[in-house]
Amino acid sequence: MRKKARKDFRLHLLVCAGTGCAANGSFIIKDALEKEIVKQGLEDEIAVITTDCQGFCERGPIVIVQPDGIFYHRIKKEDVPHLVEEHLFKGRPVKSMMFVPSPEEPAIPRLMDIGFFKHQRLIVLRHRGRLDPENIEEYIGFEGYSSLEKALTRMTPPEIIKEIKASGLRGRGGAGFPTGVKWELCRTSPGKKKYIVCNGDEGDPGAFMDRSVLESDPHTVIEGMLIGARAIGAHKGYIYVRSEYPLAVKKLLIALRQAEEYGLLGENILGTNFSFTIDVVQGAGAFVCGEETALLASIEGKVGRPRPRPPYPAEKGLWGRPTNINNVETWANVPVIIARGALWFSSIGTKRSKGTKIFSLVGKINNTGLVEVPMGITLGQIIYDIGGGIPDGKEFKAVQTGGPSGGCIPRELLDLPIDYEGLSKAGSMMGSGGMIVMDEDTCMVDVARYFLNFTQEESCGKCPSCRLGTKQMVHILNRICEGTGGEHDIAFLEEVGRSVKLASLCGLGQTASNPVLTTIKYFREEYLAHIREKRCPALVCKSLISYIIDPQTCSGCTVCAKNCPSAAISGEAKKIHTIDQTKCTKCGICLSVCPPKFKAVKKTSPAVQ
Amino acid sequence: MSKIEKILKDHHYKRSRIIQILQHVQAEYKYLPKDILESVSQKLKMPLSTIYSIATFYAAFSLTPRGKHLCTVCMGTACHVRGAPDVLARIEEKLGVETGGTTDDKQFTLETVNCLGACALAPIVVIDGTYHGQTTVNKVGGLLDKYHEKKGT
Ligand SMILES: Cc1cc2nc3c(=O)[nH]c(=O)nc-3n(C[C@H](O)[C@H](O)[C@H](O)COP(=O)(O)O)c2cc1C
Ligand code: FES
Repeated sequence: MRKKARKDFRLHLLVCAGTGCAANGSFIIKDALEKEIVKQGLEDEIAVITTDCQGFCERGPIVIVQPDGIFYHRIKKEDVPHLVEEHLFKGRPVKSMMFVPSPEEPAIPRLMDIGFFKHQRLIVLRHRGRLDPENIEEYIGFEGYSSLEKALTRMTPPEIIKEIKASGLRGRGGAGFPTGVKWELCRTSPGKKKYIVCNGDEGDPGAFMDRSVLESDPHTVIEGMLIGARAIGAHKGYIYVRSEYPLAVKKLLIALRQAEEYGLLGENILGTNFSFTIDVVQGAGAFVCGEETALLASIEGKVGRPRPRPPYPAEKGLWGRPTNINNVETWANVPVIIARGALWFSSIGTKRSKGTKIFSLVGKINNTGLVEVPMGITLGQIIYDIGGGIPDGKEFKAVQTGGPSGGCIPRELLDLPIDYEGLSKAGSMMGSGGMIVMDEDTCMVDVARYFLNFTQEESCGKCPSCRLGTKQMVHILNRICEGTGGEHDIAFLEEVGRSVKLASLCGLGQTASNPVLTTIKYFREEYLAHIREKRCPALVCKSLISYIIDPQTCSGCTVCAKNCPSAAISGEAKKIHTIDQTKCTKCGICLSVCPPKFKAVKKTSPAVQ
Repeated sequence: MSKIEKILKDHHYKRSRIIQILQHVQAEYKYLPKDILESVSQKLKMPLSTIYSIATFYAAFSLTPRGKHLCTVCMGTACHVRGAPDVLARIEEKLGVETGGTTDDKQFTLETVNCLGACALAPIVVIDGTYHGQTTVNKVGGLLDKYHEKKGT
């Protein structure tokens, strides 16, 4: 419906309204654009449309001018009149608001020519920036729900399973279990009543692809679940969404209601004898609830503690019935596989990892955002060709994948092809697809401590090896970061790490040591610097650094002294300033306010005594 | 109908929906008041101890009243490597409370969260539901002051 109307306009302005852009003020830009367009009398020629997340979140607010695909980023309200007059009225695209990869390179006008977009391969995110998630007709306009129709009317349940198996699709929630095999286990499990669950807990900090898919294209997840339900023989489904994602819940509820109105959920779907309904359940801030057995307990209204498997959910899941649980991204792949066939899907990717994976590229990287790439792409391609490298000319140090269960991969492995096996071999794992890029200013011991703190806090406490082991490791890492660790601590960490791995009940404990073990493996010298020299090479660990003022470059501008909250800086105007180390709390404000032309405040390690 | 009756009715008095019920109670009262939990326990015929075990297990629930403004600092990995610990330390110092605490004047409650899924804007501080991206140690002061000023209004 909307499509027909769209043709009547000369130009379309697509304003990204994803969470990132909205937080950067995209709705203010949209209002300003609409007002300015009316002011310049262009309202009959130009339509302003909001879209779902474009993925290039750090560049928000983003506006794309169609049909030419001109990409504008970081637009400010003041820029709007100029943009409307120059580009929309006079037809002269505005260079100053375009993307510039580096100061030496020219601006790139078209979205598809920007490295960040050019190297991506969109399957799950195929509707990116093209549809209104709150309007089911737009999804249907892109052949949405035609895979469901195919699955219901032209395929038998075993045929659906055969297709998914042949496609080679593996779970995108972390462990990479073959999806078709899992479905078959649940299908053949005895019992009339079966359940389908979509895992949208997305607990790995730094990963937000599931949020984006749920918010931008909820129907693709619903359609995937419907096809799975048909294949398995389930009549009830649950989507479990973490409580930190209220917008995803809202969009899902709208989508579910519309699907019901269109007869795509409920009784006798599309005139067949197949019936299926979906409920949304919200989490309440417990990381361990992403683990499947804990998640099921949480849906039942219980404390979310994992239980030993077997029995697997496929045999005994929700309320003791056979249950099939898959991740959001896994479900979102299903309609495409049914539409385009297993052969096509399995032609993408590597020998054992088929299709694409969405990664969230965050941390110390120029182009932050969500990227969908074919399995088998190298780490270097993701970081440099898509991510545009490290900001401020700094050195790349490592990338952390797999969340708290993953590990840190060093620069020596930049040629590593990214798939399930490749990442495991490097001591990390796929996890949900967070990629946190770290540069020379990131301390690897501090990162290990960060993750162990995380798992220690999130451990449900059921098994002692996880509860106590993670706590021990945090103690040791704290010691090292404070400069009181001994050399034997490294071997001690490795030993505790290995026991926790072996003796824990669920994936949380079994993988909790990975961040420690990989950082010791690849960055041992950084541990040793903390221990032997009481030095933090990345200048992060508070106990091992001091802030000092370089007398050579201090011009006595007094800015640091005025801003110091602890009155630790003394010095008169135009005279060299000094920091009283006994008063300094190392908050870092002096460093951040010292004018770049002086760069007089510096960090140093070991700490000044 | 009392507020609590309405919440329970919306969830069909189902014990399996206890987590969602507590979420609604918290949305209504900003925390989980003891007397309300007692009445939930009676009405659902569910032991109070079970309700407490759920309320204490899940990090989203608070058993103590919160301040007028809720300040949440993201401590997810992306925010961590971009300086969230310094931002948090600065906020703790500025408000004079530790994480999880409420200021004496009941203006602010300070909490942390592990990733809001908006990592591109790291580090993030959320105040009363509004996201403030790319926060720095020296922006924090002004940010909090803005909310303090609203005191009278
Ligand atoms: C501690 C822990 C946390 C997990 N968190 C998530 C999560 O947030 N999202 C997810 O999809 N899977 C998570 N998993 C994996 C699930 O247990 C399960 O394997 C997955 O949902 C299955 O779906 P898939 O086969 O489609 O990947 C987690 C596992 C563990 C051990
Ligand atoms: S780490 Fe802070 S929003 Fe993701």
